Amino acid sequence: MTITPPIEALTPATREHATLSDAVSQSMVLAQRGIIKLGRHPMGLADVILGPAIFLCLFGYIFGGAVSGDTDGYLHYIFPGIVGLMTLFATMGVAASLSQDLAKGIFDRFRSLPLVRIAPLIGAIGSDIVRQVVSLAALIGFGLLLGVRFQTDLVYVLAAGGLALAFALSVSWVWVLLALAIRDTAAVQGLAAVIIFPITFTSNIFVPPETMPEWLQTIVAWNPVGHLVDALRGLMMGGPVAEPVLLTSAWMAAFVLIFAPLSLRAYNRCT
Amino acid sequence: MLSQRQSPAIEIAGLVKRYGDTTAVDGIDLDVPTGAVLGLLGPNGAGKSTVVRILATLLRPDEGSARIGGYDVVRDAYRVRQLIGLTGQYASIDEDLTGMQNLTLIGRLLGLSKRQARHRASDLIEDARLHEAAARPVKTYSGGMRRRLDLAASLVSQPAVVFLDEPTTGLDPARRGDIWSVIQRLAERGSTVLLTTQYLEEADHLADDVVVLDAGRIVARGTPDDLKRRLGRQTLEIKVTDPARLGETARMVTTVIGSPSITDEQTGQLSAPVPDGRIMPTVVRQLDEAGIEVSELALRLPSLDDVFLTLTGHHATSDANENTTGTSSEGSNP
Repeated sequence: MTITPPIEALTPATREHATLSDAVSQSMVLAQRGIIKLGRHPMGLADVILGPAIFLCLFGYIFGGAVSGDTDGYLHYIFPGIVGLMTLFATMGVAASLSQDLAKGIFDRFRSLPLVRIAPLIGAIGSDIVRQVVSLAALIGFGLLLGVRFQTDLVYVLAAGGLALAFALSVSWVWVLLALAIRDTAAVQGLAAVIIFPITFTSNIFVPPETMPEWLQTIVAWNPVGHLVDALRGLMMGGPVAEPVLLTSAWMAAFVLIFAPLSLRAYNRCT
Repeated sequence: MLSQRQSPAIEIAGLVKRYGDTTAVDGIDLDVPTGAVLGLLGPNGAGKSTVVRILATLLRPDEGSARIGGYDVVRDAYRVRQLIGLTGQYASIDEDLTGMQNLTLIGRLLGLSKRQARHRASDLIEDARLHEAAARPVKTYSGGMRRRLDLAASLVSQPAVVFLDEPTTGLDPARRGDIWSVIQRLAERGSTVLLTTQYLEEADHLADDVVVLDAGRIVARGTPDDLKRRLGRQTLEIKVTDPARLGETARMVTTVIGSPSITDEQTGQLSAPVPDGRIMPTVVRQLDEAGIEVSELALRLPSLDDVFLTLTGHHATSDANENTTGTSSEGSNP
């Protein structure tokens, strides 16, 4: 009978603390779970594949002529911006999947297991990496198809992709906190959209900030997405790189340092 | 009282948990010896799940303490989690994953290698008789299959203490046996099991000791046999056509069976615990002699509601909980 044979590794000589390597392996196992789930719902990738195509066509061809009088030039201006935009949009998936998990009680099981407390949260974010990579690949593919030509070399473009990915992972902590604090999938998604839209529009994604009123320029200058887009522009199309990358990194660190501990607190408190 | 063979697997002292104005758990003291199967019996809202959630480190108590294997559920939560397995009221498994993937995931989380985790998962799948469904996503499973998988999921770590929160609620009675046999094998292996249930029959079948909860308090404890003795093996139910003759009927029944009965004047109903069916002819004869007309006369097995009527004087059903509190004085006067 299978209930009987004790497995050596499981005999309950209890340990007082989990180790760092436990944290890493548990997070990875939980991230894999999300990736397996993605395979069962290939349609869940539709938004991150079609979204980039729609946005590129919309802004490149429909608004491009009116905004800059030249669709091709505008496409090159806006492409790194759309990369930033789609990166941010794709992070909302974390909020949705996490709040569904919370609603279904699967986190009760995780919380009753001897796991490092933050592992299920890192796992939730980690399982979104595939979505992010698919989104980036789709975007670059469509961009090339529509005539975007990178002005730098492959290493820089890959670095841009890496930066966008890292930004996505750090911003995801905001949604983790939101999902833990508001236990309602629909409300979380609604709120996420309300937060994301003003942030993306008060930035340099669509138009150069010099055309905006001065007070708005101040806001734009502080917008983390703006720094990311500056860095992406530098890495993809040429221009200053060091300063925007540094500023973006500072924002990423801030997101993680503020929202990860708050999320962990909310997770420990959740009933 | 529960016997104390060795240091208890579960020690609960003065446990209190409040949600706003409601006190879900209102001062519970309880020890469960190692290797025992304890049934926590009570209706919805009695506080059973809250007790389990505190013991499983999911909730912090407001007052009092709980220890599992000597470790405090709040201070030493990480150690406690290494000792316990939890099966919740609704299956907490991933619907998108297959049965096998669900169990392997938990093995991996517990630090098993891929091979060990798969091996353990397939053993448990076999044991839960889910072999044919092992490679199918859980969303295609029936309710009973989900429960069996959920139970298997709580056993991946070979837990010394297993909490089963209403493991068969909502299941087709015919399917309960599948879960029961797994629980019985767990007990044979030596695991300490704390089982919550709304079914007296389930507690009777599985538990060494039963604790009855009502409104967050322990109202009775003992072996299932103790409880049934206090309760009678069966329940006699009489409904008189003329409610005015209920009192007379009750006195007569008390003389025949030698223990008090519970009456409800509004419905003209009377129920009394009886040891067996042999008193039936006497009751019928006496009713006939007294010329009392009855519209219902029945003998049935005690239900949880009977336990509650006997122990607390009010009905167990949660819907009735609020409106019976006002009228319970009628019934609590045996």
